Amino acid sequence: MKRIVSLKINGKTVDDVVQDNSLLMDFLRDKQGLTGTKKGCDGGECGACTVLINGHPRLACITLTASCEDQKIETIEGQSKSGRLSALQRAFHENLGAQCGFCTPGMIMAAEALLRKIPNPDIDQIKTALGGNLCRCTGYTKIIKSVQAAAMSGARQ
Amino acid sequence: MNKPAKTSLVGRPAPLVDGIEKVTGKAKFTGDLNTHDALVGRILRSPVSHGRILGIDTTHAEALDGVEAVITGKDCNKTYGVIPIAMNEYPMARDRVRYRGEPVAAVAARDAETAAKALDLIELDIEELTACYTPTESRAADAPLLHDNKPGNLEREVHHTFGSTTDGFAGADLIREETFDCAEINHAQMEPHAALAEYDAERDRLTLHSVTQVPFYVHLTLARCLDMDSSKIQVVKPFVGGGFGARTETLNFEIVTALLAHRTGGKVMMQLSREETFLTHRGRPNTQVKLKIGLAKTGKITAVDCEVLMSGGAYAGYGLVTILYAGALLQGLYDITNIKYDGYRVYTNHPPCGAMRGHGTVDVRHSFEAILDRMARDLNLDPFTVRRANLLQAPMFTSNGLMVNSYGLDECLDKVEHASDWAKRKGKLGKGHGLGMACSHYVSGAAKPVHWTGEPHAVVSMKLDFDGGITVFTGASDIGQGSSTVVALAAAEVIGIDLARIRIVANDSVVTPKDNGSYSSRVTFMVGNAAIEAARAMRAKLIDAAAELLDTDPDSVECEGESFFVQGSSQSELGFHEVAIAALAKEGTINVKGTFTTPVEAQGGKHRGGAVGSTMGFSYAAQVVEVSVDEDTGQISVDQVWAALDCGFAINPLAVEGQIEGSVWMGMAQGLCEETNYLRGLPTHTNLTDYRFPTIEDSPPIDVQIVESIDPLGPFGAKEAGEGALSGFPPALVNAVADAIGLDANFLPLTPDRVLEALIKLRRAKRRKEANT
Repeated sequence: MKRIVSLKINGKTVDDVVQDNSLLMDFLRDKQGLTGTKKGCDGGECGACTVLINGHPRLACITLTASCEDQKIETIEGQSKSGRLSALQRAFHENLGAQCGFCTPGMIMAAEALLRKIPNPDIDQIKTALGGNLCRCTGYTKIIKSVQAAAMSGARQ
Repeated sequence: MNKPAKTSLVGRPAPLVDGIEKVTGKAKFTGDLNTHDALVGRILRSPVSHGRILGIDTTHAEALDGVEAVITGKDCNKTYGVIPIAMNEYPMARDRVRYRGEPVAAVAARDAETAAKALDLIELDIEELTACYTPTESRAADAPLLHDNKPGNLEREVHHTFGSTTDGFAGADLIREETFDCAEINHAQMEPHAALAEYDAERDRLTLHSVTQVPFYVHLTLARCLDMDSSKIQVVKPFVGGGFGARTETLNFEIVTALLAHRTGGKVMMQLSREETFLTHRGRPNTQVKLKIGLAKTGKITAVDCEVLMSGGAYAGYGLVTILYAGALLQGLYDITNIKYDGYRVYTNHPPCGAMRGHGTVDVRHSFEAILDRMARDLNLDPFTVRRANLLQAPMFTSNGLMVNSYGLDECLDKVEHASDWAKRKGKLGKGHGLGMACSHYVSGAAKPVHWTGEPHAVVSMKLDFDGGITVFTGASDIGQGSSTVVALAAAEVIGIDLARIRIVANDSVVTPKDNGSYSSRVTFMVGNAAIEAARAMRAKLIDAAAELLDTDPDSVECEGESFFVQGSSQSELGFHEVAIAALAKEGTINVKGTFTTPVEAQGGKHRGGAVGSTMGFSYAAQVVEVSVDEDTGQISVDQVWAALDCGFAINPLAVEGQIEGSVWMGMAQGLCEETNYLRGLPTHTNLTDYRFPTIEDSPPIDVQIVESIDPLGPFGAKEAGEGALSGFPPALVNAVADAIGLDANFLPLTPDRVLEALIKLRRAKRRKEANT
């Protein structure tokens, strides 16, 4: 079955026809061209597809598009505004929080949800928030440093 | 080359030149490429571990609406493999299948649903044969042969002796022999495999985008397997989501995708699932190490006798290099005169193993460092003392012909000993807590590549044009390690210009020069040197033009920070644009290049297999690991790591740190939890929940220190940084566990169930011994 859905992606309203079984990840990547959301596993294991749904970190690979009717979806592509990187994007770039970059969009989105809720998280809070996001390159040390740096820069503003 | 006196760019932490793309989601990985007009490719895989293909009926699949092509092993009779003398694999099996998951057929269809349906419609008629899953089964007298030309299922054996182990052991005060069993592991890079192939039938041209670390080898393999002239092929490497060795050889799906595109005369996107990515494998083989070491009372090594048995899986791949590396890199870390190595690589009916970070060396180094620690204990010596009793004196050649020009291990030892407060804390942390240490090393690129063509190992070219931009062309594959950044930094540093003026174009065979690829940590050393040479040529052109404008001799002109001036003169400076315009006016677009070729003396011993392990320079590492062990559950937690690595010179200290942290962590993952598992050939680990590696919550802080021994041949003195620290972690872990709970573990990984079982064995043995006395 197909249905018409209306959702808000990175601030823009999108109306489209989707299959009932369409996954948000495929919808974002294939229909909206938002390929920043990555597919790293066969479902719900790696966190690379983390997006924000109404501000909460969610795995787009196990979310039905149809369930997102009228919801606010935020992806990595919406984080940089008017050529200005978000605090987390800048911090991940400057502190080498990204090596190969494949887990990075999901990592940044999960961290974004954290910083909105807890602007100055301690290490354990960072670890808990990113516990579902796998990285194979960094050993996570510079990811933690990046989130801390972003929190610091947020505090300064 | 010496460390630069003024260090304007190199030697300072620099974010990656392609980092913005990664944090904004703009980075296009292979699976992100536009596929609106592409067919979907899918592979049908063998359901049995070993069998004879009696027939494959594709009639129904071909008849399905939306199916554009169905191909089988019959459509490609060319073998492939990364080692020219050991190509024994077909892109899709012909006649025989040798592991569960081996490709047997493939389809291209208009969408994923149709492709999946078509796979189900292919009828496979396979007569199942007896399979061998362990080296013991493979080596049994009545074992079926996987490959008819390999009796005993022995893919390769190696026997090397240097010096005299008889004399060496005779002169030892202490001899210890142990065996270690290290589980097979997989790279599990975050990006699953993918390839996009497009065939232009009218022009007979093929373009492949793939996740590869080695576009050059992929290019050659496509030409071979598709029987095409290599000039008709273009290979492009987009952003790659990690490699760790998984992609250092051409993989079956890359050839299959190209075959499908060729057959359909169109574009085919093949995206493997995580499960299929695991099935493609090429990971670190299960390795059994039998190791005997002789020590003098001082801790000096008098002899080493090492036997290694690797289960290589069903095909050769990199196998012979892996088994040679295992023996060759017994040397190059410590001063060892008498050494014997026997290596056996055996075929089994499992997915083929290959190269993985620390290729061939990790399990042997693990065993070596673990025994050395136990012998230190036996001799009542500190583990650091034993290592220090065996240091090399660079420059030197090891007895197996490895060149060591720079050696910072002593400094690495000092740094981690101090940082971990070893002297005060070792053995004093209380029950359940312990410290362990180990050393390790790795090559900075193979001095002789697997595919020896006689060409330079690396070529970098550069263009300066009317826009005032300098474009650097490199075939080096940045897979996240930051190689493009190294090239950009080296170029900007040498020319004397801003980093922002440099644009890197990488990995498109139509425009970039040939490069062997990203493996054996060769890129910084080789491509870095080639970039420096190209930059010097560019600088010379600019200096010439500036000298003419300044009416002076080129030798007296300097360029720094984009200003050209006469040394020691108050004459006005010239800006970059002014000089560039003058240079371009003289000859138009300026193209220069630089190359790097390894010196003959670096290319290893003259013995058979002597090229493997040979390199221009080794990185050296020492690390200390602190653990807590719960004896009731067998659970180990790593609380802190101190690592120091001699990378010669840190061109980009930020990336060097990242590489050390990443490799230490990957060593931890292998030490603590990683392993593949098969149930009669059926892989049971093929997802990221069952294939366990530490999450951020399980990962400790890693204190990193960089040691700079300034290698005489390295670019700015640099050597490799991304692999050397890995193999030190598992033994440091095992040594720390021994310190914590008195258990000498001879297995990897140290999963709770294994630790608990070993503890029970230890307790029972102790009680029986007490009862008997």
